[in-house]
Amino acid sequence: MKVSMTVNGKATERDVEPRMLLVHFLRDELGLTGANIGCDTTQCGSCTIHLNGTAVKSCTVLAVQADGTSITTIEGLAQNGNLHPMQQAFWDKHGLQCGFCTPGMIMAATKLAAGNPHLTDEEIRHGLEGNLCRCTGYENIVRAVKAGAQAMAGGD
Amino acid sequence: MYPPKFDYYRADSVDEAVALMGQHGGKFIAGGHSLLPVMKMRLADPGVLIDIGRIDGLRGITRSGNSFRIGALTTHATVAAYDDRHFPDALKHAAGMIGDPQVRNRGTVGGNVAHADPASDLPTVFLALGATFHIAGANGARSVHAANFFTGLFETALAENEVLTAVEVPAEGIENGSAYAKLFNPASRYAMVGACANITVSLTGECTACSVAVGGLTPKATAAPSVGAALVGKQLTDDNIAAAAALVLNDLGGDVMGDIHASAEYRRQMAPVFVGRALTLAGHRAGWVARLQKNVKDVAGDVLEEIERRLRK
Repeated sequence: MKVSMTVNGKATERDVEPRMLLVHFLRDELGLTGANIGCDTTQCGSCTIHLNGTAVKSCTVLAVQADGTSITTIEGLAQNGNLHPMQQAFWDKHGLQCGFCTPGMIMAATKLAAGNPHLTDEEIRHGLEGNLCRCTGYENIVRAVKAGAQAMAGGD
Repeated sequence: MYPPKFDYYRADSVDEAVALMGQHGGKFIAGGHSLLPVMKMRLADPGVLIDIGRIDGLRGITRSGNSFRIGALTTHATVAAYDDRHFPDALKHAAGMIGDPQVRNRGTVGGNVAHADPASDLPTVFLALGATFHIAGANGARSVHAANFFTGLFETALAENEVLTAVEVPAEGIENGSAYAKLFNPASRYAMVGACANITVSLTGECTACSVAVGGLTPKATAAPSVGAALVGKQLTDDNIAAAAALVLNDLGGDVMGDIHASAEYRRQMAPVFVGRALTLAGHRAGWVARLQKNVKDVAGDVLEEIERRLRK
């Protein structure tokens, strides 16, 4: 079945099997391997992408369901060679160890922080319930999201 | 994990969805957040998926008269963020407790209740609120009350070729309060025990109507009429609530479920606890007029006493 969608601002079209998951479409058809497959059961959040502006888990969406939509992956966040403020904050605050969950964390965090520059620790922890990290104990992730949220609003 | 192979059709209207189902059979898919996981685990292999996820008019919440109509394709995130003081608190808050933000952005109210997972939250809430389920099929439209909609483990009153189009819930007035309390599975966020209370309180603080339902520990959302009957006519004191909540054990039936996350016995013990929490919160929300009146009387009494004291001087 033919599907077309705008991925990171670029129009794409492919002929896919109906059972192809969106995360496989992004990784295997388009070579965008930023969205990781962790649990593959809608729990860990490492496959989080933006579908028509909302954060969703791409392991639980069919590519055919995403036909005609606009998608942003972690590869689409940086603009003109400059990291997105949330990416920069994860770098600055060392919000990762192995990095496997990081693309999903950042994609969830950018939506959590949008219009919300002064997130509390509790709001961040609650807002990232859909993303699991098995390395960091979340401390630096929370610091990174807090700093990233301020940076996204233009603060320091 | 790829799901098993299937043929895929997309419906642009409810009529087309019903026609496609009559022609091909299979399963309807909306957000897919219940169906795709079970297909990936090979627990379901419908062979045909009919995508109803883009049908106009099935999305969103509208107020009509004394009730709210929630389109079947409305996401949990939309319900959780819905801002109307007459919208039932229990429903708004339960929707916000489902899964996680990403799941709530994609999962739909209709898909949730049509799937009728015993560990789901919304069936319990809709049962306590006395919701009405609107259904379209080849033989026209019909409506089913919540008491008759959930028929068993993953089973509802929906026939194979019927589409759930909307769920309707009564608006809350100043004398009503509802609440949902949940013992979370810490990993999946599903309910190990979920309790919903829907209470009406008189201006003098007396409970005049009370509907309670539980889920997570029974094969389907289960009404707890013993609890409501024990509270009607009483003040919502801690003692009265605790005594009424304990009666939920009479209504659980013989099939309380347990698994590696929590035994049946543990869930049974927790049922009165979470029913009690839901009752307390719902009573608090319903009873604000009575509380305010009492506060005003108390303050007015103090003021009058003070005036009299000074006049006597």
